[in-house]
Amino acid sequence: MKGPADLIFYVLAAMTVGSAILVATLRNIIYSAVALLFTFGGVAGLYVLLSADFLAATQLLVYVGGILVLIMFAVFLSNRISSVKLSNPVHFRLPAAGICLVLFGTLAYTAVSPAFALKARVTYQPTTAEIGELLMTRYLLPFEVASVLLLAALIGAALLSRPDRPDVARPDMEEPK
Amino acid sequence: MALDKLLVIAAALFCCGLYTILTRRNAVAVLMGVELVLNAANINFVAFSHYVSHLIGGQIFAVFVIVLAAAEAAVALAIFLRLFSTTGTVEVDAADQLRG
Repeated sequence: MKGPADLIFYVLAAMTVGSAILVATLRNIIYSAVALLFTFGGVAGLYVLLSADFLAATQLLVYVGGILVLIMFAVFLSNRISSVKLSNPVHFRLPAAGICLVLFGTLAYTAVSPAFALKARVTYQPTTAEIGELLMTRYLLPFEVASVLLLAALIGAALLSRPDRPDVARPDMEEPK
Repeated sequence: MALDKLLVIAAALFCCGLYTILTRRNAVAVLMGVELVLNAANINFVAFSHYVSHLIGGQIFAVFVIVLAAAEAAVALAIFLRLFSTTGTVEVDAADQLRG
């Protein structure tokens, strides 16, 4: 594939990796969250180029529309309004950078060494119908387990974030007599 | 655009996420690093599903990873709020009450 698709690929790759580096290095946590938005958007674009149309839409809906909003809520609710500086302190910077650079070198070397049997011809087909069919047949059990997990996470998050009410007795937490 | 370039992009994302997890002290920033790592894994799944496998299982696995990430973010937000109301901060080394 040459031409415009290649150009779009490189733009998306630069956007994804560049904003990921910004997430890792920016001092203000709000700026980090905004950079994370561009990373998620770039990954969604890469999914489109890989003919994963359903996954690209899911990435935009769930990550950008859900998880990023949750992270923003966490940032705003977990800092005091009076303190203007939203702190995001860093430590162990040099050892961590060393570890990450060595790991990146290893992973990139592994990736470019030709060890994978590629398909003879890649096809660009819409995959939404196939994913839906497989989720209802072959992957039905993981699908149901995921729904139970989501229910558990919903109940757990609601229970954890509920404010303490000292006037309400909580018999389940009392000492046994 | 080929498999190796995508793998290099995923490796770069993973290392950025790992660096974020290792260096940040704010728990929300650590959560951002975890999301970066999950996205890197998802790129690998989709890339291998597109270039190597004749099945579409990689994309389905990526869907499940997204579901897990959403559940994890919701529970993590609840834990951070509880931590903030207990200690007044969300820095990860403030939560050391269980230290012996």
